[in-house]
Formats: sequence, structure tokens, C-alpha cells
Amino acid sequence: MISRLMVANRGEIARRVIRTCRALGISPVVVCSDPDADAPFVAEADAAVRLPGASPTETYLRAAALVAAARAAGADAVHPGYGFLSENAAFARAVLDAGLTWVGPDPDCIEAMGSKIAAKKRMAAAGVPVLPELDPESVTEDDLPVLVKASAGGGGRGMRTVRSLADLPGELAAARAEAASAFGDGAVFCEPLLTGARHVEVQVLADAHGTVWALGERECSIQRRHQKIVEETPSPAVDAGIRARLCEAAVTAARAIGYVGAGTVEFLLDDQGRFHFLEVNTRLQVEHPVTECVYGMDLVAWQLAVAEGERLPAEPPAPRGHAIEVRLYAEDPAHDWRPASGRLLRFEVSDVDAEFAVPPSYGLRLDAGVASGSEVGVHYDPMLAKVIAWAPNRTAAARRLAAALAGARVHGLTTNRELLVNVLRHPEFLAGRTDTAFLDRHGVAALAEPLAGPDAVRLSALAAALAEAQRRRATARVQRTVPAGWRNLPSAPQRVAFRHAESIVDVEYRLTRDGLASNVPGEPTLLSATEDQVVLDVAGVRHRFAVAGYDTGDGRLVAVDSPLGPVSLATVPRFPDPDAVLAEGATVAPMPGTVLRVAVREGDRVDAGAELLVLEAMKMEHRVTAAASGVVTELPVRPGQQVDAGTVLAVVSDPHPERDVERP
Amino acid sequence: MSQVLRSTVDIDSPAYRENEAAMRARLAELAAEQAKALAGGGEKYVRRHHDRGKLLARERIELLVDPDSAFLELSPLAAWGTDFPVGASVVTGIGVVEGVECVIVANDPTVRGGTSNPWTLRKTFRANDIAVANRLPVISLVESGGADLATQSEIFIPGGRLFRDLTRLSAAGIPTVTAVFGNATAGGAYVPGMSDYTIMVKQRAKVFLGGPPLVKMATGEEADDEALGGAEMHAGTSGLADYLAEDEVDALRQTRRVVARLNWRKQGPAPAAHPAEPRHDPEELLGIVSADLRVPFDPREVIARIVDGSEFDEFKPRYGTSLTTGWAAVHGYPIGILANARGVLFSEESQKATQFIQLANASDTPLLFLQNTTGYMVGADYEQAGIIKHGAMMINAVANSRVPHLTIVMGASYGAGNYGMCGRAYDPRFLFSWPNAKSAVMGPAQLAGVLSIVARQAAAARGQDYDEDKDEAMRRMVEEQVETESLAPFLSGRLYDDGVIDPRDTRTVLGICLSAIHSAPVRGADGYGVFRM
Repeated sequence: MISRLMVANRGEIARRVIRTCRALGISPVVVCSDPDADAPFVAEADAAVRLPGASPTETYLRAAALVAAARAAGADAVHPGYGFLSENAAFARAVLDAGLTWVGPDPDCIEAMGSKIAAKKRMAAAGVPVLPELDPESVTEDDLPVLVKASAGGGGRGMRTVRSLADLPGELAAARAEAASAFGDGAVFCEPLLTGARHVEVQVLADAHGTVWALGERECSIQRRHQKIVEETPSPAVDAGIRARLCEAAVTAARAIGYVGAGTVEFLLDDQGRFHFLEVNTRLQVEHPVTECVYGMDLVAWQLAVAEGERLPAEPPAPRGHAIEVRLYAEDPAHDWRPASGRLLRFEVSDVDAEFAVPPSYGLRLDAGVASGSEVGVHYDPMLAKVIAWAPNRTAAARRLAAALAGARVHGLTTNRELLVNVLRHPEFLAGRTDTAFLDRHGVAALAEPLAGPDAVRLSALAAALAEAQRRRATARVQRTVPAGWRNLPSAPQRVAFRHAESIVDVEYRLTRDGLASNVPGEPTLLSATEDQVVLDVAGVRHRFAVAGYDTGDGRLVAVDSPLGPVSLATVPRFPDPDAVLAEGATVAPMPGTVLRVAVREGDRVDAGAELLVLEAMKMEHRVTAAASGVVTELPVRPGQQVDAGTVLAVVSDPHPERDVERP
Repeated sequence: MSQVLRSTVDIDSPAYRENEAAMRARLAELAAEQAKALAGGGEKYVRRHHDRGKLLARERIELLVDPDSAFLELSPLAAWGTDFPVGASVVTGIGVVEGVECVIVANDPTVRGGTSNPWTLRKTFRANDIAVANRLPVISLVESGGADLATQSEIFIPGGRLFRDLTRLSAAGIPTVTAVFGNATAGGAYVPGMSDYTIMVKQRAKVFLGGPPLVKMATGEEADDEALGGAEMHAGTSGLADYLAEDEVDALRQTRRVVARLNWRKQGPAPAAHPAEPRHDPEELLGIVSADLRVPFDPREVIARIVDGSEFDEFKPRYGTSLTTGWAAVHGYPIGILANARGVLFSEESQKATQFIQLANASDTPLLFLQNTTGYMVGADYEQAGIIKHGAMMINAVANSRVPHLTIVMGASYGAGNYGMCGRAYDPRFLFSWPNAKSAVMGPAQLAGVLSIVARQAAAARGQDYDEDKDEAMRRMVEEQVETESLAPFLSGRLYDDGVIDPRDTRTVLGICLSAIHSAPVRGADGYGVFRM
């Protein structure tokens, strides 16, 4: 019997396991890296063991340190979560060798499935349909497009799409490098890329006594950079016939390797209803909550029960309703999914029915790794939370989930929330046409459109200005009760400028005896204003705006939430900082990261678009290019250097600027 | 439990409607006069100034003061009815900079190059007086062509006070900060020279005693503007500039930083934290004030729309009822109020006022005078009862009272009532008029009548016939002249008040003034002149 369980993981999944531990009376303990010291999962655990350092290789990927931590904390079992060492057979063995219970399948089984190349061979032999494997060195024009995959991969890391042979060597090298960095194994292979296919997977749960359940399929086709962002069960593309065959293939696959515990068998499903085995994930999946909701069960509890040797009943419970999960990421879809880092100033999702657990009836579930005030660092996956809606049918689930996301108050970091809402509300999504090309087909730019249109932005900016005025009045050192901005001879309105996305919103307002006068179209009138809520009347319709202002390190952020859509506004200082003027032609780091390599030297002539250097951030390599042609006049960074967002990386100057025209 | 004033105002009554219409007409006239001040030198000069990349005086002030804070412009109608433009080519007022209430003085360079005329001087002196009396730091935003030479005889000798004031402020521990945006030459150069802190705008500020032509004439030396008085020269070489600003906006930013670092502390007591708004609508002040000054109105209706929570604890309510006295608070500051209820001041009212003023001084409570008076009662009975003695007691008390005084001329301010009720000569910290207010030695008709009687008596003494037609013409002319010269804009133009305000703004204006007043200690008088009993 397990009495103290260590989660060898972090964030949302650590909280998820802790939740089940609490339900079962097991004492949960965790490990934490230095940046995670104040994370919610650490606060919730009974004990936490520090793993000095920040990067995964220094912390959550150190098998020996993890085992030592489990011992130090007095744990008798280890749950690996997902990612990190969850599919690392050596780690599983080390746990077992230490005399601890390993919550997962047998190390041999992990090993067998850990190599995707070997796994495919084994499945083919067992009669499970597989895709042909291509030798990267002998890919021809006819094979294109192909997908480069890391043999040890997962989570999209080390995965690259190649559509032209010329790109192949570069992408192979990049994939190998990424795979080596993420998994410690640089082996990659190629597969034909099935366009328009769907990613469908079957949740299996097997006990040590020969019972194998297939808990229906999950559809996870909507992906960005090969990472799933929308997952649901059942799949709109799977009918009862296909489901029966999929589940049968999954059970066959599990039995073929003697699988014990919770696992997932992934397939590619084409539009003819044919499917091919992709891989077995020998662990819990990120998207397990949708299955939990629909089957009304706690998969982590069953993982622990199986690890304790319990038997599964002969038949799984019957599914009920439809569940959709989205992954809320701190990233900017409109800018190449650029990850965002920094302080999450506020994180509030309203009307949540359950956290880390199945709602008592249909409803909204939240599995969040963060809370208001959490620091989102550069070292780990930027997923903030999973939001899951469970409803009697798919459209109801999509509507509930979209509304929950649209109404969530997420301040301080750019997220993919609006993209998720737009996907969930997209007619093609609602029609169930959700293959892996969904984002490409409908365009990320269009899908990432903000929920708040230009009019909503201007009204929100006005609300922000008025709330800020109230705050300033309430905290004024003198004349606190005198009307805001009072003048006996009014000569100009109050003016405030906000930066919103790439544009500047200028707000002019004056509170007169006759009410609000502003430059916002539609002649909004002010019904009430406090520092956190403003009610405006526009053409007879009342709009309520929730306003939150924050002093950030470099200015003041005002976040406005309303049914018109969330709007994040950075206050433009009244007085420009004379020291903050950037050299013309300066290229700044778009995000915090590490300089991987520098492609130019000072004095080099570069053309617009030429690569200047490569920045590694969030495990991705980002090329930084010259915005204009010219000569590299400053290059203040070197490889290996950590840079913050906004750090000047290089300055490219035009050596022959046009002469200043003499003016009379 | 404080006494809460009830209102009996009937906003549907014909009298209310007439009053309101009359007051709105006066407010429209006032707005038209204020628009002249706001227009500065007019469209052409404003555009030229903007084209040079410069900000207007009020634009500078808007950037200088804290966002959403109030700015009370002082003497906006200065020079009204004179040969000089309304506003007197300078903007003065009380603004909040980095949480510090300051007197701001900004030249308006669009009006005749920002040159100073006699009214500019008087307006600036008044601003300096306010700074001294209330301990308010002074911020000067300078861009002036110097003295209006055509009027030098009226400016040169009294103008020296400008620099004297600045250094005396400094000596009194009241900081002076000057930002120079353009010309500050000859005498003007002493404004930065006499200030505690000086900021100059690069390539714009020109601060020298003599410019290139004068230097050439005087010594034959050839020197350019920059060498003689450029901002960079002053910041790097002469040391006259403490800070060099990149541009106008940067100068205002630096001025704010200077004020932020003054470590300024107000010396008066803080206001109550959460004052209640009046329970009655200040909007109704428009209809409460009589259009015809001969019709008295109940000042309690005004007080109920000015003071916190409409709470007023009346003192001696049954004695001397032509003058209402009592205690209240405005924006959290306790005050004593003296308000004329029925115009005339009798002996009882005078004695009541004298006692009340002494009480306020005993408790260090500022006083608010709400003027609507036709003066002290005349007539044999009253003279024999000692109205002069009693009026003198009241004037003695007002003159020697040391708590801050605020005066609002709500209506009539005639005769010695103007003095007893703390008119301009009695140095109230602030004095504002409502647009319908009139101040004069007596009403126009009475004055003309008195002149007529005196002339008639003189004629009779000489044994001449009295020309009734001439008398009629004389009376009409005198009435008209006295009427004009007793009106609020005329008196405001002559700096006899600090501005004409919308009655509905009275509470706000008083709030700003009381807050400013409390920058200085609030202490009552230790002694008075001999009270003649």
C-alpha cells in the first residue's frame, strides 16, 4: 500500500496527482527547482525537496537526484507525471531498484515503446496497422512531404515537417539537436506526412492480472507545432464501427507488450476511416481529463490502484456526454507562437465546477498549474492551465468552454486564449471538421483575431482611463475629494495613451458638470466608475468593464475585461524616458532566452532578412534577422549569454544615410 | 449629531426660474470673457507658436500638474476693461504637482510675446502673495519678451517686487522653481536667477542681461544668443541652469522631479478622511440667488449646498438674525461661516460677528464670509445706539483675526459691509465673486440719489434754480457708471477678487483653497485692537 507518494514532476500535473493523493489519504510530496520554489504545487504538497538549479537537465531530468529526493522525503512510491522522465526506462528502474513503487508500466515495456522505430516494428508484427518508416538519408522527392520525428520524442519536440528536400538536412540537424536537448537521445526518423489526417488516440488502462480496458478515443488533431491544443472525446470523426476497431487495435497493442497501468495508443485516422499506429505513450496524457469526465473516473486513482496490484472490474464504465479540453498557453499565436514569460498578474476563471476532478455533473473543470501572481519562467513548458468543459453533447461543451475562456481574467501575459475561443466558435470546428491541418487551413492570423474589436478596444481604453483616474483621486496626497480634473477655465481634456498590441490608443476625457465628455465615438456616458469597475452607457446599452491596473517593472498595465472581450493596455508614460531611446536599427530580443549562436561579426554587411543570431527560448530556436540592410555596428551579445526581452542583440546601421536636407 | 440643514427651495416656482435664467445669462457672459483669456494672443499667434514646436502656457500647465488633479486658475479676467488683453498675458493658478500644491505662474508668449504690462505685474504679485500667505511653492514657466516698454513707467519701479518676492519666498523656506522655455532676458533673467531651482530647455532658453545687439552697443563685443544665454552654456558654464532639458516636455518632466524631491510637508492640520457631499443639489444655487439684489435670500440654502453633509451648527441663531453664523466643514476642513441673511448689519449683528470671529480664532478655525450686504444700518436711532462703535468692533475683529479667511461675494457688497465682511482690503486668503455680484460704496441708484441731493442743496445754497433735466441726465450717467464699475468682471479685471466663479463650483473652489491654505499653519490671533465698548 502506498502511503507517501512523490511526484517527479511540476506544475499542473503535480497538482493533479496531489489532488488524488488527498482524496485517497496518501501523503503527497514533490520536488522543486529553484524557480518553482513558490509555485502552487509546492505549497500544496506535504513536503518538497529542492532540486538546485533551474533548467530541466539540472532538475526534473536528474534521475538520481529524484530518487534521492524520494528517499529523503520518505516516499514509498513515485509518480512521474508526463514529460520529463515519465517515459524514461532507466528512471523507472532506478525507482524500482530503490525499493519504491513505480506508478507506471514496467521499464522493459517503456523501453520497448520508447524507441518509436522499434515500437512500430513490434506493432506491425502484432497485426496493428502502421505507417511505413523512411530512412532520413534516402528520402526522395516522391516521399515528400515527410515528418521528421525524434525516436524518443513526445510533445512535439524534435518534430519537423519537411516539404522540400533542400530543407531536409537543416531540419534533421535541428530535430536531432532538439531531441538530444529534450530527451538525451538524438535519434530521429522520417514518416510520410499524412495531410488532412486526424490524430486519434485510445486511452487504455490495464491491470497486472490481464484485464485491459479501452476507454474510448480522444481526438487531438488541432495542434500547433505538433503540440495539441484542443482535445476531446468522443471524436466527431469516429463512429461506433471505427471506435470498435480502434479500441480493439489499442487493446491488441497493449497486450502485445504486456502493458500495465494507464497508457495511450496513438493513431493517425484518415478520412476513409483507415488508421495507422503512431506510438504508445507509456504514461498519463495531458488530455486525460476529457476521458475522466466522460467515463466518470479518476485515472490517477486507478494508476495508483493498479500499482498497488488491484484488479480492474471486467468492464469499464459506460461513457456519458462529451468533453473538450483546451490548453491555455502563455504564448502569442499571432507572432509565431512566441512564448511569453513573466508574472501572471491575475488568473481567474469563473464558474469552475471542479478543479483536477470530474465535476459532480456536467460542468467546467480547471486543471491549472498557476495562480494569480505566479511567475512563468523560460525554463519550462509555458502551459498555464487546461480548461475542460463536459456537457451532454459536443456543441454544448464547445459553447461552455468558449464562454469560460472568453470571460476568464488572465492578466500580464499574452496567451493563446483568443485563438482557442475562436477555434471553439468556428463553424468548421462545430461541424466536427478538425483534422491536423485545421489551423493552417483557417489561418492562425484569422483565428488569433482578438475578441475585442476596435470599438470595444476604445471603450475599454476609456474605461481604463476612468478607472485609473478614480485610483489616482483615491490615492492623491491632497484634494482627494475634489472632482477629478476640475478646471474653472477648461482648456484641454485629460489625455492618456495606451499601447494596445501594436497600436496606440489615445483617450481624451473630461468629467464635467454635465457628465463625461470623451473622444470615444458613440458618445458613451458614464454611469459609475471606481478603480476596478466602470459602467458606460453607449446608445442606451449599459456595458460593465472590470478594470485591473498593475505596476509592472517597466510601466503600468491596465487590463480591462468585459463581455466585449479582454483588452490589455500598457500605459504610455506622459513623459518619455530620455534614456530609453533605442539606437536606430537596433534589434532587440523578442523574448527572454539564451543566445545559441551568432551568425555575424561587427562590421559585416548584411541584407534585410539575413540571420544575425539564434536565440533559444522555451526549447525552441528562434532566428533573429536583420530588419533592414546595412552594416552590423554593434553586437553586444555572445553565445551562451542569457538575455531578457528587450535586450539589444545587434545594431545594424546604414553607412550611407541620406543627408539631412537643409531647410530654409 | 450635527444639525442638517433642510431646504425649502421650490425649483418650480416662478422666482426660482427667473433667478436661474438670470444666473445662466450671467454665466454665459462670463464664459465669453473667459474664452478671451483662453484664446491668448488669438489663432494666428497660437498657430505660429505651435509651428515652432512650442506648447501654450496652459498646455505646459496641463503637462506639469498631476493627471486628474484640479487646477484653479486665478485672476483669469485680469485686465478686463483695460487697454490690455483679458488675462494680462500670464496664467496663474494653484495646481498639484507630484502631490504638492503649488502656485504656478506661466507667461503666455502668444500675447504680445509674453511681455509684462502693469496688469501682468499685479496678477503675478497677487499669485506671489498667495504663495507667501499659504506657503505654496512657486513654479514659474518662463517665456517672456520682458517689459512692455510702452508702459515701462508703470512697470519698472514696482516690478522690482517680482524678484524681491522670489527671494523672500526662498528665505521663508518656500521653494521656487523656474523652467525657462524661451526668452527670459534683462529683468526677466532674474526670475531664474532668484529661483531655488532652474531648468532650461536646450536651444530654446535665452537667459541674459543683454542680448547680442545691446552687448555690441555697450562694449562692441560680438557674441551670439547661445554664448550669451543659451541653456547649454548656463547648464555647463555659468551654472545658472541646474538642469538641462531636451525639450519642453522634458523640462516639465524635470520640473516635476524637482518638486517630487522637495520633501514638502504641509504645516496645517489634515482634513477629515471621508467628508460627505452636501445633501442638497449645488445645481440649485442657480435659482436660489436672487436676480434682483434687492431681494434677500436665505444663506442657509447656500450653505446647505456647499458644506459637508449639509451639516451646519448655527451660533446665536436667535440673536442678530440678519447675519447667520455657525460651524461646518468643507471637504473635511472645519470652518466658521458668517453669512449675510438680510443685507443690513445692525449693532447686534456686529457684536455677534465680533464674538464669532474671536471664537474661531480661539479654536484655530478658518472663516468663510458669504457676502450679500448693503452695509451698516444708518439712521438716527442706530447712530445713537452706537452703530459706528459696533461696526468698528466687527472690523477690528476681522482685521486682526489671524485664522485664514475666505470670502465669497454672493450678491451685494456695499459700503462698510464690504469691510466688515472681509472684503479685499482685509486680506482674505482668497476672494471669489459670483457672476451676479456687485461691490461699491453704495448701490448705483442710492449713489446717484445722494449726488442729486447734494447738488440740489448746493444749488439752493447759491440761490439758483435746479435744472431737473440735467439732474435726470446726471443721475442716469452716474448710475450707469457705478453699475458697470460695481460688476464682477470689472472688479475682477482690477484684481479686486481672485476670480469670478460659477456658484455651483463654490464647494470645489473652497475645497481647493482650504487645502492650499493648510499648507501653512492655521493659528488664531493673540490680540486685537482696542474694542470700543
